[in-house]
Amino acid sequence: MENDKLIIGGHQFDSRFILGSGKYSLDLIKAAVENAGAQIITLALRRAATGNVANILDYIPENVTLLPNTSGARNADEAVRIARLAREVGCGDFIKIEVIRDSKYLLPDNYETIKATEILAKEGFVVMPYMYPDLNVARSLRDAGAASIMPLGAPIGSNKGICTKEFIKILIDEIDLPIIVDAGIGRPSQACEAMEMGAAAVMANTAIATAGNIPQMAEAFKKAIEAGRQAYLSGLGRVIEKGASASSPLTGFLEN
Amino acid sequence: MNERIDHMKFLPDMEQIDSDIAAIVISEMNRYDAEKYTENDVRTALEHETKTIEDFGALLSPAALPFLEEIAKQAQAETRKHFGNSINMFTPLYISNYCENYCIYCGFNCHNKIHRAKLNAEEIEKEMQAIAKTGLQEILLLTGESKKMSDVKYIGEACKIARKYFKVVGLEVYPMNSDEYRYIHECGADYVTVFQETYDSDKYETLHLAGHKRIFPYRLETQERALMGGMRGVGFAALLGLSDFRKDAFATGIHAYHIQRKYPHAEIAFSCPRLRPIINNDKINPRDVHEPQLLQVICAYRLFMPFASITISTRECQRFRDNIVKIAATKISAGVDVGIGGHSGGEKKGDEQFEISDGRNVKQVYDALCENGLQPVMSDYIYV
Repeated sequence: MENDKLIIGGHQFDSRFILGSGKYSLDLIKAAVENAGAQIITLALRRAATGNVANILDYIPENVTLLPNTSGARNADEAVRIARLAREVGCGDFIKIEVIRDSKYLLPDNYETIKATEILAKEGFVVMPYMYPDLNVARSLRDAGAASIMPLGAPIGSNKGICTKEFIKILIDEIDLPIIVDAGIGRPSQACEAMEMGAAAVMANTAIATAGNIPQMAEAFKKAIEAGRQAYLSGLGRVIEKGASASSPLTGFLEN
Repeated sequence: MNERIDHMKFLPDMEQIDSDIAAIVISEMNRYDAEKYTENDVRTALEHETKTIEDFGALLSPAALPFLEEIAKQAQAETRKHFGNSINMFTPLYISNYCENYCIYCGFNCHNKIHRAKLNAEEIEKEMQAIAKTGLQEILLLTGESKKMSDVKYIGEACKIARKYFKVVGLEVYPMNSDEYRYIHECGADYVTVFQETYDSDKYETLHLAGHKRIFPYRLETQERALMGGMRGVGFAALLGLSDFRKDAFATGIHAYHIQRKYPHAEIAFSCPRLRPIINNDKINPRDVHEPQLLQVICAYRLFMPFASITISTRECQRFRDNIVKIAATKISAGVDVGIGGHSGGEKKGDEQFEISDGRNVKQVYDALCENGLQPVMSDYIYV
């Protein structure tokens, strides 16, 4: 476990928990980051742009990597402009692409996401696209230069868990990039499940933001993610993977 | 009296769009009978994870009132799921109170003898500087509805100035054509709210006696024209208490619902104004819309469209506002002055549209939100 690093775009991280920063009080961000042991924190640039009152940037500890997202973008062009703005205001080179033109479910637009990824990867961004788990799209994102793929488990904020489990498994099997389960994870057990499946990391926001005790829930997620990762690295037992075997051998006839 | 124009007929300068939404909204509203719902219907509605139109109708019905606590709890859970503890702050800025309409319940109506005024560019800038100093980054520009005294160009210029000081610029002015919205959008505004007041066209006709506003169907298509003009979000509202408030609230929700289905990217917002007393008429009140009913309406909007922004007006008192943001509202105004020119400390130039009930300044509202465990958000938007 000690040498088990998460590598995204050449950057190494020990923590596999990406923490969201929206939806809860700014003065709790520091405690949440510390208890989560998180090294990456996302923030919506639309919340972060300059301003003296309640500017989220003033509350994020300095030693964590900022992962600004392009929320608010409805197409690739807007996502690209927000990403560039994020870099200009000093948020670094990481960018989580969110292109959403559905105000009800906030489901990502895969097509526009590919276009934005292509442009931003060429500009040297470490591009982490939020997407609906579709293998063909994941391949296109990889080819466009994505540094990781962030498939959704369920609609943002729904806390429904990994509804798209089978499809995320396919991405984990087929795409040689870190697959980070983003959106929909509502409880630590679900985060653990994602990690057991072989997800490289988990991102959560609402699950923590709406908890009774935010720092404590951040810590619970940390433990669950570590447990799931350890289980994955250990190799799950054969019983779970394969199910029971038939009582009389099917190949017995070869002996006759 | 005979000279009154036909309120259902578009005037020559009014754009007519090809849309069936208005007709659908009116027909669904006409079918809505709030009295037919039973306790069982309300229970069924509460059990559904996604509320249907029928559920919305049940939640607005008198049968739902005894379930208000349960409804509020569900509304709170939905609000937290979608918005966490974030509450957006903003303030309205009235730049002109000239009005050509004769709406009998409104303090700005053209026959009401009040002090009229219009801010020039310099005065607008001064007001905005004063507002920006309070830390606010979202502004809502308002005018009375006079296209003569506050034309599209004037409003556009105000938007351009607003963009220098604010991240989010919303508009609450007279309804425009889509090409005018496109121009205003280019000037920097992105959100348009127009209150339909009442969706009951017969009642509407008796309340809006003159002016462009008298034309009911033109107003009803405003949100769609705004979206066609490139606006990012649109706001809906009935002025509760003008007519049957349950029918009006139902129509407001259905209206937003159909707009969102046709324009899935559109950001949807609700306002929930109740009638207020005005200058020269202190008898105006929201009749049967008491606080429990208002809470019911707001929660029904929340449960029907959990992702929508809901604004709570200074028409309501501090106690109601401080509590409703804990349940269902996601946007609150502060430091409000509904007259003309009151922000920058000079003498007020024009009178108020209505009486406000919550006169707290930005810091007071900010602190109250924090005390309630909520996070005030000054800007949730980025112009790109």
